[in-house]
Amino acid sequence: MPDVSVGKASDFADPGRKVVDISGTEIGVFRLGDDFFAYHNICPHLDGPACQGKILPCATEDVQPDGTSMGRVFSKTQMNIICPWHGYEFDIRTGKHPTDGRARLRPVNVSVRDGEVYVNVPAR
Amino acid sequence: MPLETSPRAGNIRELPEITVASDTRDYLAHAAKQALKYDDYELIVDMDAHLQEGGFWGEIIGLLENDVLKQTAEEMMRGRGGMPLINMQPGMSFQSMSGRVPHQSGPQEKTDDPAISGHRFVQIVRRTMDAMGCDYQVIFPTSMLHLGMNPMEDIEIYLARAYCRWLSEVIMPQDKRIIGLAYLPFNTPDECEKLVKQYADNPQIVGFTVCAVRHKPVHSNQYMRLYRMIEETGKPLIFHAGPHWDDPSFSQLNRFISMHALSFVHYNLIHMTNWVINALPERFPKLKTVWVESGLAWIPFLMQRLDHEVMMRQNEAPGLKRLPSEYMKEMFYSSQPMERNNLELLQATFKAINAETQLLYSSDWPHWDFDPPSSITTLPFLGDQAKRNILGLNAAKVFNLPVKRLRPRAADFLAQEAERHR
Ligand code: FES
Repeated sequence: MPDVSVGKASDFADPGRKVVDISGTEIGVFRLGDDFFAYHNICPHLDGPACQGKILPCATEDVQPDGTSMGRVFSKTQMNIICPWHGYEFDIRTGKHPTDGRARLRPVNVSVRDGEVYVNVPAR
Repeated sequence: MPLETSPRAGNIRELPEITVASDTRDYLAHAAKQALKYDDYELIVDMDAHLQEGGFWGEIIGLLENDVLKQTAEEMMRGRGGMPLINMQPGMSFQSMSGRVPHQSGPQEKTDDPAISGHRFVQIVRRTMDAMGCDYQVIFPTSMLHLGMNPMEDIEIYLARAYCRWLSEVIMPQDKRIIGLAYLPFNTPDECEKLVKQYADNPQIVGFTVCAVRHKPVHSNQYMRLYRMIEETGKPLIFHAGPHWDDPSFSQLNRFISMHALSFVHYNLIHMTNWVINALPERFPKLKTVWVESGLAWIPFLMQRLDHEVMMRQNEAPGLKRLPSEYMKEMFYSSQPMERNNLELLQATFKAINAETQLLYSSDWPHWDFDPPSSITTLPFLGDQAKRNILGLNAAKVFNLPVKRLRPRAADFLAQEAERHR
């Protein structure tokens, strides 16, 4: 299948995303800084539209060296895409669920050439 | 590699972020594709879907038959909005996971002109049923699930009556695919009996529900006349579980997930234990009971636990002629939220509860842990007939529904959707 343009890199917010349906194949393309990532818009849980959900930093537990917890804080480095059907979260850089990496989004090849973002649409 | 720098118009469509304002049909677009796979099933019944009362509370309040409560509620709504008379703490509503699962906070989608397309709620339920491929949805309330803990008994009584009227007089006459249950104000047995009498012959009120979040022993003698009356209607008695963080034991739990995971199971565990140990199935052998929204894993636990203890302490459960698990195998259960992470355990559970004949599919839509019908169709250990039974044929027996297709063809719905997005 050909590479398909999904728009200019500069049109993506940071962090940001665009989800496209290309002849029936749904793909979510994400931008984090200068990096782009793309996944099928199908959640490994129950096939929900995972890429169309909220983007939020990963929640972490702020555990001190003495074992006490200061509660939950957002990660400064990890952004997640969250499936709107039931809330499964996936690290945008790896596509993996933070608790069980066996649950992961299926990656799609993405590239940026001359300021344009392309995804390689897999054969269905 | 060939490059297509300007994709053909029409072949590429941008899909928006799903938000609380998204159309249900967009939210459930993937479920609509899944529905192609079970399109030939005779009947799909979703036996537990929810009204989010918030958007319609003014209409329900308007039907209160007590003028003092009505004036109070209307005054409160004018002042602060919200849901007067409902005993839930709005600041502790974590269901939507801080917006991560937006449909939990709806409905806020646009609907068409009600003069042409019907009541807003009817339109939204139709969208849901058509997208998921359901012939019927059985509607339960949401915020009213807590009314059993409301210290003002009259509020439960009058809200129960207003809700039943709203459902049966305003909503259900507009679409025969929407069916519902009479809410029993279980803290006041006499009032429950009045509602059973009133709705026994209403064909769209297909049963009677006890919202199970309450501290009322179901074996108490004050309920026996009510059970007899329900048994005589031929309609089921349905225990719908719910969350309740204020229960003293649960106040030790510091996260919503912990309370939610235990609370739904907790109330049905208690009511089922009282139901079985007091041998109510022996006293009301024709009364169908359905246990809703506690998942399934609790059932084999309780079966084993009660069987084990009954063998040693027969004198405390002398009404039983069989083991507790044997009675429990003859009751009905709703499927959601189905614990699917360990399929071997799930398969054993299906066997323990005779799922092929006793399990009823439920979505719990639009709540955050809903299950689409594919949660059943994709189970690798289930045969085709078992899937058909669980998705609709078992419910047809429990609710006395005709096995007759009412939903659109999945392909037609998808074509309509393509047209809507053109
Ligand atoms: S389908 Fe994505 S979280 Fe369930």
